[in-house]
Amino acid sequence: MSEKIQLPTENCATCPAYTQLEKMGIKIDNFDRVIALAGNPNTGKSTLFNALTGLKQHTGNWPGKTVTRAEGGYQFNGVRYKLVDLPGTYSLLSASQDEEVARDFILFGQPDCTIVVTDATALERNLNLVMQVLEITDKVVVAVNLMDEARRKGLEVDTRSLARDLGVPAIPITARTGEGISTLLQTVAGVIEGSIITAPKRVQGTPEFQRAVNELVPMLEALVPGLPNARWLAIRLLDGDARVQKALENGELPELMARQRRAEVSFSRKMAIEGRQ
Amino acid sequence: MEANEILQKAAQLRSGLSTSFRDEIVKSLYTEAETIARRAVKSAADRKYDFDQKIDRLVTSPVFGLPIMLALLAVVIWLTVSGANVVSDAIASLLFWVGDQGRALFHALHIPWWITGFLWDGVYRGLAWVVSVMLPPMMIFFPAFTILEDLGYLPRVAFNLDWLYRKSGAHGKQALTMAMGFGCNAAGVVSTRIIDSPRERLIAILTNNFVPCNGRFPTLIMLSTVFVAAGFSGFTASVIAAASVVVVVMIGIAFTLLMSWLLTKTMLKGEASAFTLELPPYRVPNVWRILYTSLIDRTLFVLWRAMQTAAPAGAIIWILANVPVGNSNLAQSIADWLNPFGLLLGLDGVILLAYIIAIPANEIVVPTMMMVYTGASMMIEGPSGNQEIFNLLVHGHGWTMLTAINLMLFALLHNPCATTIITIYKETKSYKWTILSVVITLGTAILVTFLTATVARLLGWG
Repeated sequence: MSEKIQLPTENCATCPAYTQLEKMGIKIDNFDRVIALAGNPNTGKSTLFNALTGLKQHTGNWPGKTVTRAEGGYQFNGVRYKLVDLPGTYSLLSASQDEEVARDFILFGQPDCTIVVTDATALERNLNLVMQVLEITDKVVVAVNLMDEARRKGLEVDTRSLARDLGVPAIPITARTGEGISTLLQTVAGVIEGSIITAPKRVQGTPEFQRAVNELVPMLEALVPGLPNARWLAIRLLDGDARVQKALENGELPELMARQRRAEVSFSRKMAIEGRQ
Repeated sequence: MEANEILQKAAQLRSGLSTSFRDEIVKSLYTEAETIARRAVKSAADRKYDFDQKIDRLVTSPVFGLPIMLALLAVVIWLTVSGANVVSDAIASLLFWVGDQGRALFHALHIPWWITGFLWDGVYRGLAWVVSVMLPPMMIFFPAFTILEDLGYLPRVAFNLDWLYRKSGAHGKQALTMAMGFGCNAAGVVSTRIIDSPRERLIAILTNNFVPCNGRFPTLIMLSTVFVAAGFSGFTASVIAAASVVVVVMIGIAFTLLMSWLLTKTMLKGEASAFTLELPPYRVPNVWRILYTSLIDRTLFVLWRAMQTAAPAGAIIWILANVPVGNSNLAQSIADWLNPFGLLLGLDGVILLAYIIAIPANEIVVPTMMMVYTGASMMIEGPSGNQEIFNLLVHGHGWTMLTAINLMLFALLHNPCATTIITIYKETKSYKWTILSVVITLGTAILVTFLTATVARLLGWG
């Protein structure tokens, strides 16, 4: 499962991964697919982002390093992907600005796939976020990062059991060394094309709760045609989420969807040049 | 279908649900995560984890946490001071020698004096000053700082300090954004986004500038090396220089706390909110990444930014020094005019003039000041070593220990650099808070230097 690949450098032009993965840095004007990178703080999202795009987004051993979204691109097997690095968050339910950035993008940016980066050494805490992302979207791949650290700590992570329980692929990786990255990219491509079918685990709740959700979903879909996550919005409305209520009241939903689709190229270029946040 | 209809329907449905449905969902989410994780993870021996925890117990202990933190800072700065001494004289001599050669070449080619002066005595000397004052400490300080950052030590710093911030009515996470400010205050301001409450976030933004950023460390290190440690030699001198920088940093942290407390008692009243702070595992630093981050991202970035402002600053100073006003020149006249106010603060007119010229990037205050001193006195040779800088300032321009200490305090407390001010505006979207961030810091700097100068003079130390 965990074959070791070397990330492309001059030394390994003959390596198959070299021909498959092309780092495109900030050349993301023409992309075919959009990938969101979510995860708890300090799980190595930015390290994975840099490894894939060749950008030098500042990484550091800190929770809270990335507080805005950064964008970059890579090409894999001839398909051009735009990668959006989201701020690290523990949940998608609270109101701080970094969480809102992450939530709005997964919710309204309609990424073709969301990679949730998790820390293999603290899986339980990380799964809370994974479950919340699964509530929002089907197209999810869980990257179980920091496998090297887990091994050092004597932890054995069974990603197959994880994938079975979550209903989405779970790939063991070590972003820092490049281990497992080509498998991850292949899986992401498979989920997007539909050759890998996902069946995300969702919290069911009580029957009356289910009924309430089912009553709201068609109403929401009638109000905003093409709304991708009516189920999740319905749950948030039942929960009394002020932010979602406001977005609904002032007709912000369609606007939010449009805004999340726009590239923030100039911003990520600045980040890339300054190499710091 | 109207939005209001949906909201009403949602409210109606909500009232039909049992009141605890929300907690039940969250609870089942957590239980589910726990079950899945338990099924997927098998744990063998937990040796490494224990080791991590042992270290954490030590570096975040209530007794040893703060002393260890100060000791680490002192070691980093001591390394910087003693290492920078070795190279800084060599770099300065080399750069000023190149300047002399360039000037001689222009002279031999019969290029008009004002072109030679403008280019070599103005622009080039400005650049040479910035490089020789700032590059040596940065080459040592930044890699050392990056190692601590990569290791995962900075969140522990936050952990050690968060109770102080909560005591002052601010958010405990402010300790983390403050630690970020040591790298760059603009980055520190952006990092306050991790604070949920707008009130506490504003406090964190307004007080971030009281911790010295990477750009200001070289100034503090140079001043403490040349002045505070001037009476000593060798090892003792470097220890004293390092200790005085640590004291300045502690004063800075004390001011973030004091100002946070003042703000929570006046403009931004409220209670501190609770939060969790995750301590990431210690990671073996990656040598190449450290070299890249510290030398390319930090050293070259800061140096390039300083050079971009130093070149025009050097040109302006040369022009000011060469526009005759009566018997003197414009630079000297402005400095003389500012002098009474400067003396009141324990500084002098030249320092204030340099400070005004260096507003775009105030880390170049010291180099600018040196250029005004040397340019205004029409010196052809720039001093190259620490001893020469000391002689120029003390014997040539009447500096005392008070001047050096007050300049360090001023550099620590004064207003944010232009980049940080712009960042504060972008983050707060408010002219009021942006202006206030300048007023608070500059006001504090003026007040504190005025008080120290007055007290020192009353005690006969000035």
